Order: sequence, then C-alpha cells, then structure tokens
Amino acid sequence: MPSDHSANAPIAGVTSRWAGAVTDSPLALKVLSLALLFAVWELAARTNFNWAFPGFLDTMAALWEMIADGSMGAAYLRTLEPLLIGLAISLGIGVTAGVAMGLRNDVEWLTLPIFITMQAAPMAALIPLITFVYGIGLASKVLAVCMLAMPVIAINSYKAVRNVSPSLLDMSRSFMGSRRQQIFMIILPAASPMMFAGIRLGVAEGFSGVVLAELLITPTGIGDLISFNRSVAKFAHMYAAIFSIVALAVITVSLLHRLEVTLFRPEKRAST
Amino acid sequence: MNMTRQTADPASARPVSPAIIEVDGINKVYAGDVVALKDIHLEFNRGELTSLLGPSGCGKTTLLKIIAGLLEPNSGEVRVNGQPVSGPGRERAFVFQDFALMPWATVLRNAAFGLEVQGMAKAEREDRARHYISEVGLEGFEEKYPHELSGGMRQRVGLARALAVDADVLMMDEPFSAVDEQTRRKFQEDLIRLREIEKKTFILVTHSIEEAVYLSDRIVMLSPRPGRVSQIVTPKIDRHGDPEAIRRNTEYLDLIDEIWANLKGYVE
Repeated sequence: MPSDHSANAPIAGVTSRWAGAVTDSPLALKVLSLALLFAVWELAARTNFNWAFPGFLDTMAALWEMIADGSMGAAYLRTLEPLLIGLAISLGIGVTAGVAMGLRNDVEWLTLPIFITMQAAPMAALIPLITFVYGIGLASKVLAVCMLAMPVIAINSYKAVRNVSPSLLDMSRSFMGSRRQQIFMIILPAASPMMFAGIRLGVAEGFSGVVLAELLITPTGIGDLISFNRSVAKFAHMYAAIFSIVALAVITVSLLHRLEVTLFRPEKRAST
Repeated sequence: MNMTRQTADPASARPVSPAIIEVDGINKVYAGDVVALKDIHLEFNRGELTSLLGPSGCGKTTLLKIIAGLLEPNSGEVRVNGQPVSGPGRERAFVFQDFALMPWATVLRNAAFGLEVQGMAKAEREDRARHYISEVGLEGFEEKYPHELSGGMRQRVGLARALAVDADVLMMDEPFSAVDEQTRRKFQEDLIRLREIEKKTFILVTHSIEEAVYLSDRIVMLSPRPGRVSQIVTPKIDRHGDPEAIRRNTEYLDLIDEIWANLKGYVE
C-alpha cells in the first residue's frame, strides 16, 4: 500500500508520511523510543568515556552468550523462586488488607500504621536485621520482596476503595443492594484501576527487593550474575544481567496492565 | 357493611389517601450545629410531580435524600403508603445529579442494575431494561459505555434505570443541572411526555424556577438557613399538546416572576 502512494508523492511527503505512521501507532512509538535509547547508549560507549561501560551491541552479545550457555536460565530459576513466592504473598495479603482497611474503619486503625511504617522504612537498612533473624536462606529473600512490594499494594488498594464515588455507593444503596452486592458489583470494579496501579508498582518494587536481597544477603541467581561478572571485570556480562532483569520487570508490569483491562475494564477495550 | 362486597373488591377496603409520601416533622443537623432542615411537614400526592425549589443551601437535596432513605433525619418520620420507612425501598427510585453510572458497564447493564440487584434473571431484566432504554429515547445505544455518551444521554440512562425497577415514586436530584441548556429543554419536554405513559409520582429537586414551573403540579419553596418550607404554589398550567407552547403561556411566565419576587430576598 505505501508503494503506490509514494509513486506520485513529493520527496518531502515520504518522510512526513513515515513520521505520521509512527506517531499514529503507539507500538511504533515505543519501538522508536527504545531504538533511540539504544542508539544513544551505543554512541556513548563508543566515545570511550569509561572503559567499564560496554556498548549496546557488546551487551546484547554477552546476553546472548549467557542465554546460550544456560547460565542466564539457571540464574533466573534461582531468582524467580523468592520473587514469585514473595509477590504471591504480597498480593494476597496486600490486596486483602488494603480492601479491608478501605471497607472498615476499625481495620484501618489497626493495620494502616504498619503499612505506612513498612513503606517509609529504608529497605537496605533492614536487610541485615532480616538476615540476623531469618538467616541467609530463602525466607530472608522472600521477606525482602514482601517488605518492598506489600506496603504499596496495600496502601493503594486501601486508597482505591476509599476513593470510590460516594454517589455510586448511594446508587447501589438506593436500589436496595446488599453490602455484599455493593462490594462486588460497585466497589471492587470501581477501585480496580487504582488498585492495579498499586499492584504494578508493588510488582516493580518486588523486583528491586529480590535483586537487593541477592546482592546484599547471599549472591544467588541474577544478583550472583551481576556481582560475579563485576568482580571479574566482565562488564558487558554484568550489564547484560542488569538489562535482562530490567526488561523482565518492564514486560511483567505491562502484562499486568493488559490483564487488568481484560478482567475489569471492558470499556477501555471497547475504546481502543 | 356488606362483607361479600368488601372481599370481592379489596381495594375499597383500605383508605386511599392522596398522599403517597408523608414527611412529618423532619429535622436534620449537620456536623454539630449546621441546621439543614427545620421542622419540615409535607405531603406528596400520588401521581403528581412535586418540585422542591430553593437557592443552594436550603436543604432541598438533603430533604430528597432523607425521603429516599439515603440519609437519616435527626428527628421526624417519613411515611410511604402510610408505613414509616428507615431506609431505601422498592417503591422509591432515585435519579442522581451526577448520573452515578458504572463506567465499566454498558448502557444495558447500567439500566438493568436495579433489577440485577433484585436477583432477576438475566434475560428478563435485559428485556425490561431494553424497553425503558427505548422509552427514554436511547434505542440503539444498549451496548455503548457511558463515556461514549453525552451528558444528556447519560442522564437518560439514569432515568431508564430508575424506571426499570417500576417504583411508585421517582426522585430526581437536579437531574438536568449537569447537562447543557438545549439538552435540558429537550429532556424537560420528554419528561412531560413520559409522565403521560408512566403514571408515577415524581419528586424533583431543582434550583431553576423555570424548570419547576414548567414541569410541576406543585412547587414547594424552601428557604435557607435553616431550611424550611416557605411557600407552596400549585401552577395551573395545561400541559397537553405542544410542549413548546407552555413556554409562551402567560400563566407560566407570570408564575416565574411571582416566584422570583419571593425568592429574591433569600439570595445574597
């Protein structure tokens, strides 16, 4: 289709039409912005401002090498265990506690200060304490994930429930909806966008929690890949490990957004 | 007297009062010392459209929400069909100022909400919702979402939802205040036509004198701080035929002036 247009289009029209196609499609925009970022990265490395800074292409080569020899896969198997357990616990307890706090003042009184303290506490300072109590095993790492992920999930769920429009609540009441119907038919769907925003933040925090734990408690999994490659000065490999965990976090968070739209917000599907 | 006649015709056995809703000595105080309503006594007659009219702060919405059972009065009683009520009921339906539609649900599901809550089967409630959606003039929009509709159309969904539960009393809280003037006029004309089909009792809260006079059989004027009934007028306007003609009716125009002269004193 573009070819029959370009036949009689002026030269200037070609680039503007190309730019138009890019800005019209959100996916193309994302690809373009990533390509720009990687190009800048590569160029910055080629100026040789720092010998420990590998370019994008070197990093990708190292990434491929680690995927091919299986070391990347083995590392992720180790890392995913505390991450998934920690996230499952954080989601379960965080969402339940947040919704309960939103629905009931007595639960809010009892529970909210705990989550606010957890959110405010500097995580890195607490890791030695966790290690002291729970040792250097799986439990400590799971706990590190929970401590980072759970407060933001709980606090956002709580705020989401409190933010539901009072007139929607009145509406449900005026049509004789029971409290149960009000919660499941009005409050949860109305709160879901903000709740999911919290879940996305929480999952992102969980990723930093697990890396922090693997760097500070005992080097395992992806944290081991990062610290080991740094210690032997294989910087491209170190960057590749960092790159992979960032990419995984971004992809997970985007998939969560898609899940939210399919589950709770049919009107957003209809409009896009 | 005659037992057989009485059992044959049970309707004649209970006294039919013209008042479907009685408001008896309602007081409402907000946050300690703000007196929103003071000693309100009112009756709303079956089949009539009564407007609660007054400047902001006169407690008209508060009164409507108390009648709806959404707010508790500090003292006094609301009776529906002679029975005291303490909460929302099947015989009353509410139309909200901000529409109160579920943004994640289609027009059809929004309009059927009251029936869904009552536990009516899906096919049946959707049939009824479709009927009222077309009655308010939204046929063809059943599968749309609220954000795809204009303000006026959204309020029509709110109206269809209230009509669908087949309540005796429809309570409307400034239903036209969030829509533009042209839409409001069209909506008011449609409401007159709708009243001829749906024999219901309407209670309408409004701050617009024109709207109250245009639509109402009875206008209850409230004065602010504390909210009390200042005056009740009953417009005698013939609303059959052309709805446009009402706006040129001398009775309509005179009454607007008269009410404005009365309310002026409360506006600072």
